[in-house]
Amino acid sequence: MGYTLNFNLIWRHFDKLWGGLLLSLELAVISIAIGVVIGLVLAVWYVSAGRVVRGVIAAYVEFIRNVPLILLVYLVFYGLPTVVDLAYSAQTSFVATLALYSGAYLVEVFRSGLEAVPRGQLDAGKAIGLTPWQRLLHVRLPTMMRITLPALSNTFISLFKDTSVASVISVPELTYGAQWINFNTFRIVEVYLVVTAMYLVTGYVLLFALRLVERWYRTAR
Amino acid sequence: MLGQIAYALPFLAQGFALTLWVSFLVVVLSLIAGIILGAGLVYGPAPIRWAVRIFSDTIRGIPILVLIFFVYYGLPAVGVHLQSFWAAVLALTLFKTAQVVEYLRGAVGSIPKGQSEAAMAIGLTFRQRLAYVIFPQAFRRFLPPWINGVTDAVKGSALVSLLGITDLMQAINQVIGRTYEAMPLYILGALIYFAVNYALSYASRRLERRFAFIRD
Repeated sequence: MGYTLNFNLIWRHFDKLWGGLLLSLELAVISIAIGVVIGLVLAVWYVSAGRVVRGVIAAYVEFIRNVPLILLVYLVFYGLPTVVDLAYSAQTSFVATLALYSGAYLVEVFRSGLEAVPRGQLDAGKAIGLTPWQRLLHVRLPTMMRITLPALSNTFISLFKDTSVASVISVPELTYGAQWINFNTFRIVEVYLVVTAMYLVTGYVLLFALRLVERWYRTAR
Repeated sequence: MLGQIAYALPFLAQGFALTLWVSFLVVVLSLIAGIILGAGLVYGPAPIRWAVRIFSDTIRGIPILVLIFFVYYGLPAVGVHLQSFWAAVLALTLFKTAQVVEYLRGAVGSIPKGQSEAAMAIGLTFRQRLAYVIFPQAFRRFLPPWINGVTDAVKGSALVSLLGITDLMQAINQVIGRTYEAMPLYILGALIYFAVNYALSYASRRLERRFAFIRD
């Protein structure tokens, strides 16, 4: 015992943490954006597809969801280049991994949302003569969005926290910055207190922003 | 290549056993701690409720990896010396406990107030109300998400490899370090994790269906 808190060294190296946080957010935003596209396309395809396509999509979803993210990160960064002739940075590799990972989780979120769209709405869309494409764009997707937004927000926040795994392949995001300060200054308790606060504040700001979007979405139509 | 991997199988099996052992400890310890803290959150006096709320929201708000490093590097700094294995179990248990607290809160909260009031009306004491009315019903709502969360414990346990603990993940990395057969070994590892977790999530889906007849 008898540990004295001293934050001076943390502030001196704060650029590592601040830059790290910005990179964490960047990784999260890009991966989630790709993941949303994967999730939406596969979910829409899934609900209208035959058995084979359903089986393939389900296999992708189940595989990703049941394997630790850290293993997937290693597999893509260290494993994949040994069998295919590709060269990519750790950062690109992580974004690709997290995009595939988030895609699998988002397929599930969107799929359950699509299946919760009331049958009557689709029939009504058909009755007023909308084409299948119009029904998807103007009836199914907007209704699905309203149903899935709360679950979507939680998934986004969880994926933001998952960017910390990028530190294992030395992507200099927030957790990596924390470890750097940990090993170079030994102000261990201080750095993790500061980083905990940074993750918490960012997470709650994101949550608050997403709740605002949810409310706006509910009242806008 | 196959020969090298076959040669490494006993070593991988040891790692796998450690993965299961860590997961088991985390699941059991967090269940006990989570039920105690969860009961505190639902029925405790205001200071306890606040303390559990802050604990749970803080733990769930940070990446599990940060929590692991905090516990592993932070405890020795303040003079608490744990073996890396127990530091890892402690960190993962803290994380899982916060989840169990939320499952319990959700499960108990989903039991209609009338149940508790009816039990009160027929003169049951607080402990009898919990034992005969609330918990038997809440249990059915608690079980499916909790079992589903067990897969998170197995997946989360792969992070202990970063503390130099030879679990399945670390065993795979070490075998790759010797054989340079990265892809086959990562795929093998993925399949092992998949088999365990898929079995668990299958069980949870079965249970969910079994309890699906329960409505408010």
